[in-house]
Amino acid sequence: MNRIDQRFAALKEQGRTALIPYITAGDPAPAHTVGFMHALVEAGADIIELGVPFSDPMADGPVIQKACERALAHGTRLADVFAMVREFRRDDAETPVVLMGYLNPIERFGYQRFADEAAEAGVDGVLAVDMPPEEADEIAPLFKARGLQAIFLVAPTTSRSRAATICDHGEGYLYYVSLKGVTGAATLDVDAVDRQLGGLRELTRLPLCVGFGIRDGATAAAVGRVADGVIVGSALVSRIAEGAEAPEAIPDALKRVLGEMRQALDA
Amino acid sequence: MTKFSDLTRLPDARGHFGPYGGRFVSETLSFALEELEKAYRDLRDDPDFQAEFDRDLATYVGRPSPLYHAERWSSQLGGAQIWLKREDLNHTGAHKVNNTIGQALLAKKSGKPRVIAETGAGQHGVATATVAARLGLTCEVYMGAEDVERQKLNVYRMRLLGANVIPVESGSRTLKDAMNEALRDWVTNVDDTFYIIGTVAGPHPYPMLVRDFNAVVGREAREQSLAQIGRLPDALIACVGGGSNAMGLFYPFVEDEDVAMYGVEAGGDGVETGRHAAPLTANAPRGVLHGNRTYLMSDEAGQITDTHSISAGLDYPGVGPEHALWKDVGRVQYVAANDDKVLEAFRELTRLEGIMPALESAHALAYAKVLAPTLRPDQHIVVNLSGRGDKDILTVAKIDGVDI
Repeated sequence: MNRIDQRFAALKEQGRTALIPYITAGDPAPAHTVGFMHALVEAGADIIELGVPFSDPMADGPVIQKACERALAHGTRLADVFAMVREFRRDDAETPVVLMGYLNPIERFGYQRFADEAAEAGVDGVLAVDMPPEEADEIAPLFKARGLQAIFLVAPTTSRSRAATICDHGEGYLYYVSLKGVTGAATLDVDAVDRQLGGLRELTRLPLCVGFGIRDGATAAAVGRVADGVIVGSALVSRIAEGAEAPEAIPDALKRVLGEMRQALDA
Repeated sequence: MTKFSDLTRLPDARGHFGPYGGRFVSETLSFALEELEKAYRDLRDDPDFQAEFDRDLATYVGRPSPLYHAERWSSQLGGAQIWLKREDLNHTGAHKVNNTIGQALLAKKSGKPRVIAETGAGQHGVATATVAARLGLTCEVYMGAEDVERQKLNVYRMRLLGANVIPVESGSRTLKDAMNEALRDWVTNVDDTFYIIGTVAGPHPYPMLVRDFNAVVGREAREQSLAQIGRLPDALIACVGGGSNAMGLFYPFVEDEDVAMYGVEAGGDGVETGRHAAPLTANAPRGVLHGNRTYLMSDEAGQITDTHSISAGLDYPGVGPEHALWKDVGRVQYVAANDDKVLEAFRELTRLEGIMPALESAHALAYAKVLAPTLRPDQHIVVNLSGRGDKDILTVAKIDGVDI
């Protein structure tokens, strides 16, 4: 069984909500990333979404755009990201890792080679934000052969028929985008999210995780009441940005932000 | 039925041109694109919509644009006869308005009160601001900060037309970054906003509908060639950034095997220097950006590389997916013209014919200078003079060391 499925099965048994932090690999410099990942796990992360930096992150707001720029200034490449996951796996064989990013770096790397090296490094799932299931024909079988799960987005604008298609193709969990906008955008509407998730539950048994707009313990707890998991990105990445000059203090800052969310979710 | 007939039946149902094109967008935009595709498919065959489009092109844009025989320049080059398709004479000064008229009609039918656009040289931004003014739509135009600087005249034109021009400071501060920012705006405001994309790129259905709205250029050129030359031309030449003016001219000739076609990309300092914007000529690897798969300038890690061109309108790392396919099947030959040759052609046409071309269009002219002498005087080349050069006067003056 894939680590992601195992993790959700365990969480279900415990009646807990998954907490899924996102950080950009290589931000503020590649040497820090693995330490940050362990810190996130210590603070209660159930799954880690590790961002693959891209020069043109069209779905991201300024916070994650700048994180990509910092990572790219150090030349962070997919090969480096795989090395980070391998290093993380030396001390953590259990926490699932999902690579999140854009398709072009994967295209240039080569789909087959990407699937092989990601699986060998210990990656469990892949979410390419600009690859809807309709465009995943070629890569999906390669993922399947290597035990990588293809994770897809569902948005407030997704029609029911599209949602059904996405649910058919999705594995691991569904990433429900809570609002119309880019990452790090305004406030989400929990009631609207709740209604949408209700519709999705009729279509799928995949865990439903919600991202975009989760900033603190209160928003995490509110979303946690209706979702199987909450995903937090910009709130963590801003801490990394603030600490970029003194990166040794960043792990504690990440633990504080994520720890507050963990407590709020488990309360 | 010719060997290229299949090309006119594309894109397929999912927006693919062979291995290119598609709809690579984050999920929030999928619905808006499905909606747009459906609206367009319904209206495309609606005679009332076509009549309204044709009427606007005639009475507002000033179509048909003339096909002009550049006799003096032809005889100086000493080869084929050169004919200029005068898109520079359109209202707003470029072919771009053909597409914005069409998309603005779609926006009006959709009932969305706000339009956004990305622009490089500013021609598409001006054309969008113009139709927005006419239809009373709120208009915001994203433009790379570097382009805002080098195209000041068009920036102020857009402001006079009531548009809000938003300089984009991220990335390389050029056209691709403007498109990133426009996509971010659209994903946020998709309920009330229509995104008027200016070239034959972007996610499906944009490459198809921008092509269809610009194909009026080629349909006219075809008829005019038959009337004025007495037959189809031997060759067509057009510049290619995203490729909308070339697509517009070429598309109605695709099945005419005897008509050679040349798409001229921005060679910048020279394709061999790496400082260019010529993904097709340079055989850039296949990649995905801005919603479609195409030839795309990126480094080995898949990061999009900076482009360089004297003309802001061609300064783009990708190219429309239909051009990518046409390169692969050999229907069009893609070549590059370097900045110095472009300037030379710009000056030559201005002095010999009294027509000042846009620097974008001067790329096509630069290749005409290469091709014409290899042909006989009884052969004919149609060059798409896609835009006029008024907007580039400051750029050229600066190169001349003149402070205006």
